[in-house]
This record gives sequence, C-alpha cells and structure tokens, in this order.
Amino acid sequence: MWLIPDPVVRFFHRMASPPHFYAFTERLMPWLTAVFVLLLGCGLYGGLILAPPDYQQGDSYRIIYIHVPAAWMSLFIYVVMAVTGAIGLIWRIKLAEIVMISSASIGAGFTFIALVTGSLWGKPMWGAWWVWDARLTSELILLFLYLGVIGLYGAIDDKRMASRAVAILALVGVVNIPIIHYSVEWWNTLHQGPTVTKLDKPSIHVTMLVPLLLMALAFKVYYLIAMIQHARVELLQRERNSQWVKNIAAGSAK
Amino acid sequence: MTLFKAFSAIVRRDLVLAMRRRSEIANPVLFFILVITLFPLGIGAQPKLLQAIAPGIIWVSALLATMLSLDSLFRSDFDDGSLEQILLSPYPTSVLVLGKITAHWLTTGLPLILIAPLLAIFLGLPNQSLSILLLTLLLGTPVLSLIGAVGVALTVGLRRGGMILSLLVLPLYVPVLIFAGNAVALASGGLPVTAQISILTSMLLLALVLAPWPTAAALKMSMNS
Repeated sequence: MWLIPDPVVRFFHRMASPPHFYAFTERLMPWLTAVFVLLLGCGLYGGLILAPPDYQQGDSYRIIYIHVPAAWMSLFIYVVMAVTGAIGLIWRIKLAEIVMISSASIGAGFTFIALVTGSLWGKPMWGAWWVWDARLTSELILLFLYLGVIGLYGAIDDKRMASRAVAILALVGVVNIPIIHYSVEWWNTLHQGPTVTKLDKPSIHVTMLVPLLLMALAFKVYYLIAMIQHARVELLQRERNSQWVKNIAAGSAK
Repeated sequence: MTLFKAFSAIVRRDLVLAMRRRSEIANPVLFFILVITLFPLGIGAQPKLLQAIAPGIIWVSALLATMLSLDSLFRSDFDDGSLEQILLSPYPTSVLVLGKITAHWLTTGLPLILIAPLLAIFLGLPNQSLSILLLTLLLGTPVLSLIGAVGVALTVGLRRGGMILSLLVLPLYVPVLIFAGNAVALASGGLPVTAQISILTSMLLLALVLAPWPTAAALKMSMNS
C-alpha cells in the first residue's frame, strides 16, 4: 500500500475502531454543522436572490436548488452504500456496515424529496403532477430499491447478518441501476437533458450554476451529519454490552 | 466427477423432485392463465383495446407468475437440510446454484412459454407477433429466474419472506419488462425488433454470468443464521 501515505492509512485504521469513531465524530460535529449552515446560507441567498429568473420558466425554476442536489444525492448515497457494503463484506469492518445501513434511510429521504419537488415543478411546466417521464420513473424505481434495502434490514433479526444481506443487495442494485436507468430513458423521455454535466460547456449560466454547486455541497455535508448521527446511535445499540459504551453511559449518568 | 456432471446431477435431481410433485408445476401456469383472464373481465372486452395492451398484460402476468414460483427454488432444500450439503460439496456453489436455477426455469418458465400461444389468442394478439412473443419469453423468463434467485437466496432464512421478496425483485425486473413488452408491441405493428431482441439476449448472458455469484454468497449468509 505504498500508494497511500502512511498518516492516511493510520487515520482509517483508527476510524475503524468504534470507540475512536464515536469520540472523533463528537468533536467533528460542531465543525460540520458550521460548514453546513454557511454553505446552505450562501447557496440559498445566491439561488433565491442573486440568480436571475429564467427567460422561459420565470422564478419557478428556482426549485432546482433543492430538486437537483437531492437527485444527485439519491444516486451518490446508493453508490456509497454499495462501496461500504463491499468493504464490509470483504474486510468485515463493522463500521463500514454501520455507515452503509445508516445511509439507507437518508438516501430514501433524498429520493423522496427529489420525487416530490420534481412533481411540484412538473405541475406548472408540464401541466401534470406526475408524468411517466424517464428520469422521474427511474427515480421512483430507485426509491423502491432503497425501500427494499430498508425492508430487508428490518426483516432479519441478527443485525450483522442483516448487514451482509443488505450489502449483497446493494451490490446487485448498483450493477442494475445503470441498466434500469438507460432502459427507462430509452422507454420514454420528456425530462430536460442534463444541463450541468455535459462534457462541453454547461448550458446553465454561471450565476445559476454557482449557487447550485453550493447547494450540492451543502447537501453532501448534511448527509454526512445525518449519517454520522445515525451511525453513532446504531453503534451504541450494537455495542451496548461493551465496556466503552458502559463507560459513556456511566459518565452521562453522573 | 467433473464439474459438468455435478451440474447435471443437480438439474436431474431437481427435475425428478418436480415430477413427483406435479401440482407445483401446474400452479404458476394456472396463475398465469387466471390473471390474464381477469383483465378482459376488469376492463371490458373491446378487441381493439385488448389487442393494444396484450403484450404488456402477458408480460406483467408472466413476471408475477415467475415471482410467485420463486419461493419453491430453495425452500424445500433449506427446510430438509440438503441445501447445507450442496454448500458443503467440493464444487463451486455458484455452478450448483446455476443448476438449481436451470431446473427451476425448466419447471416454471418453460410451461409459461408453452401456454403463451393460447393466451395470445385469448387477447387477439396478431399472428405475426406471436413468434416474437415466444422469443421474448424464451430470452426473458430465464433472466427473471436468475435475478429472482438472488432475492430468494437473501430471504430464504426468513419466516415471512414473501412480501419482502417482491420488494427486492420487482424493481430489478423493470428492464426485461420494458424491452420485452416493447418488442412484442412493435412486432404487432409489423416493425423490426432486432435491437430489442439483441438487448434481451445481452441481458440474459449478463445475468447468466453475474447472478450465480451473489446468489451463492447470499445462500452462505442465509445458512449461517
């Protein structure tokens, strides 16, 4: 592993130990919260006040500052789940499993937000709350995949076993998501094409793009905060019989 | 014993077991016929309407019939302990699992294909699309069995796996449904369907290569519980 500098390796080794993770994230949380509030404030100010109205859609396009980052997050979190699931399966790192399972409900939440805001946006633009548009449909299927993950985790009593089952499912899902996405796209498309990730110049003006990217970053940090909080609770529950959790419980009881 | 012999031994064993319980073969087929009979009753028997939605109805019913039959794939082996013996054998689990899936498809997928021409006549599907319907079923139902096997392997240890199985498996069936339904619909209009058939074939090959691995991993996980 000469490619990765030594301090980074040491950092990850220490992060894989539950007590260290618990203590470290406790110190990290205020900083993350500050960064999140800052990014959110700048992104919202830039998006709702500084950015000009769209020449076709007027002010109603401003929902992209929620809709697009949420849609990006919904895919990103699924990939995170697959990667941490693979790490958990291969190296049996307990913390990777916990990160994976803590991400599931947050990812489902972002998918739901992307669907709801998409439908709110679709009403004035397309004239209907729901159209069987390709991207909306694949987002809906993604929501079902998330619900499958959450359902499977809930159905198995032994949580380590459940984590392994979910990891296998997430890996199968991540292979299938591109196939599902492109087949649905091919099936029916009404949604506007991608405007930010086109390989040549993005077809979105920079005054609109910067707030969008800020909001995307804010959503990423929010995901980190929510995931870490969830992971800490999950960790305490799973490790409730170990000494370090008892020490924390004794400390807070005083 | 070579690997292929082990594979065919599993297939033969499962076929014999299935022949001893013939009613289990009949169940998915009867379900398939019944669901398709319900549609004209529910939406009215206008020939034009039925003809237009026939590809979708036949495919959705085939998908549901396959899903209902999935539970029998590993259930009895899991209950009587033979699954444990299969996992303990010196041969790669994924190959043996592929044998089980093959036998399962022969007893549940193949009957659906054999009965499909009758249902196409029920719904007034044009003659020129019948061969395409059979071809999509021939290519598509093995994919359904292969993907479904992953879901069953994950839920076989659960007491009430049925509902959760449909939640796991149905979203993954979407691409097959889209391309197969579309091919049949285009063929009834007399249009070429080579692209759809090629894509279905590639899905089959992909599923054939990839699906046995997670199925084997999930079975090992389920046996540990």
